[in-house]
Amino acid sequence: MISADLNIVLPELILAVYAMGALMFAVYTGKDATAPLILGSTAALMAALGVWIAISGSGAATAFGGAFIDDGFSRFAKVIILLSAAAILLMSQSYMERIGILKFEYPILIALATVGMMMMVSAGDLMALYMGLELQSLSLYVIAALHRDDQRSTEAGLKYFVLGALSSGLLLYGASLTYGYAGTTLFSGILETISDGKMPIGLLLGLVFLFAGLAFKVSAAPFHMWTPDVYEGSPTPVTAFFATAPKVAAMALFARVAHDAFGTVTADWTQIIALLSVVSMFLGAIAAIGQRDIKRLMAYSSIAHMGFALMGLAAGTMFGIQAMLIYLAIYVVMNIGTFAFILSMERDGQPVTDIDGLHQYSKAEPLKALALLVLMFSLAGVPPMVGFFGKFYVLQAAVDADLAWLAVAGVIASVIGAFYYLRIVYFMYFGEERDAIQTPMNAYNWAALVGAAVIMVAGVVNLFGVEALAAAAAETLVN
Amino acid sequence: MGELLGNYLPILVFLGIAIGLGLVLLLAAAVIAVRNPDPEKVSAYECGFNAFDDARMKFDVRFYLVSILFIIFDLEIAFLFPWAVAFKDVGLLGFWSMIVFLAVLTIGFAYEWKKGALEWE
Repeated sequence: MISADLNIVLPELILAVYAMGALMFAVYTGKDATAPLILGSTAALMAALGVWIAISGSGAATAFGGAFIDDGFSRFAKVIILLSAAAILLMSQSYMERIGILKFEYPILIALATVGMMMMVSAGDLMALYMGLELQSLSLYVIAALHRDDQRSTEAGLKYFVLGALSSGLLLYGASLTYGYAGTTLFSGILETISDGKMPIGLLLGLVFLFAGLAFKVSAAPFHMWTPDVYEGSPTPVTAFFATAPKVAAMALFARVAHDAFGTVTADWTQIIALLSVVSMFLGAIAAIGQRDIKRLMAYSSIAHMGFALMGLAAGTMFGIQAMLIYLAIYVVMNIGTFAFILSMERDGQPVTDIDGLHQYSKAEPLKALALLVLMFSLAGVPPMVGFFGKFYVLQAAVDADLAWLAVAGVIASVIGAFYYLRIVYFMYFGEERDAIQTPMNAYNWAALVGAAVIMVAGVVNLFGVEALAAAAAETLVN
Repeated sequence: MGELLGNYLPILVFLGIAIGLGLVLLLAAAVIAVRNPDPEKVSAYECGFNAFDDARMKFDVRFYLVSILFIIFDLEIAFLFPWAVAFKDVGLLGFWSMIVFLAVLTIGFAYEWKKGALEWE
């Protein structure tokens, strides 16, 4: 009985036990001297688990009385989460060493956050949802403040913690209302109470609070206030991590709650999601225009991208979920490539993040400038880069679900947002002489930057089969 | 639905009484008490002394660390109590679940010990 349950959560179990073992090993041996070793082994383990889940996973199973769900949808999200977390870890090593904060706790906290995220995407119960979310969030609060001698990093950690606690409070309030009116915390049980498609007002309130809490976590406007400050203040590798895996986990959790717990009343929540989506897209597009700091710029960019991903969810259909998953996969790859570049930006040996340093960058480093150009075009959604197809899918999902107004709004926001991506390209190729930056890269970062750019171009052929995988994953969630 | 909510009637009554009683006690002091202050009455008693400093002072962060570490083990006790009370009902699975929980906590404790968080100097 229990051994069958444990067998289903084996990947999470392995990673959690590994994290504790690594913590003990490091603290009883060389402390921070073991950090590079632990970082490497953590990345290797997460990549191996990701590949293992991708290859071996089949069918759908539940564990712990339905609290944990292992299905195609959760596996799709887990593979993205594990592989992107491993990539970010490898990319961050040289930067962390350079500013002297490569502590052994860093990879261990990333591993624990990843366990939390895997729990989130597999949650089948409000309590499992909260447990996964808090494990992820608490680890992230600490790594946001990892550079503890730096005022801005500690500020970022504190802000993230206070607003994260607020959002957890909202979420818990929603969960308690939902429990009060449904009489169960199981998603399948909640779905049963509303199987006739009618929504009691108390349950609706619970739903709204739950969604507000989750919107905080995906940093959808109007719950985005923490994002720019936290992104700017955190050490850059941590920002890169924030922008990738946790976003995927929170969006997948959003979709899970919406469809697994409230799947019979789609009309009630699609309007909320559509509003979040349209506000996020426009805020992300407009507020980023004034930013000169590339980390803040990427923060607003991520808000806009989450708006597009939410558009897929707002459709409330199977195709919408498929579009959302494709969008997230593409978004993660684009961000890994872009942050590989941002991590290497420096002037006189000091890390810098202002975009003014990019003037005439193409003369110094033509290949890297070309790779960044491809990524910026892709982020903006310019065809024929892969980023365009991500947007195309969610727009199509919105149109199919009779949300043409949302699709039109998305296109307009996308055009506005293109301005600041293209400005970076303009600076690199047609900028004036300025105090230039240097971008020394190690092999990992170079591979991530160029690899992401190549994927953005080569993926137009068939998106590397992600389309079919996402369709299969969406099918297990919506039925 | 009505039956489900009806199950929670006792806690509603309890909350009503608790809040009502709390309010009564608070307001009674404000309404009934005779208030006739003079400088001698509002000053500190003989055994006390007047405040000589702001309460918002700097203090060693190590106090904070110790109290945080204390809270972790305080919470552990909060988990142990219901477990101990229901010990006969939780069975072997419940027993080992708690042992695993304690083992995880011990790992955290070993980490903070080795990290030097418990040393004052």
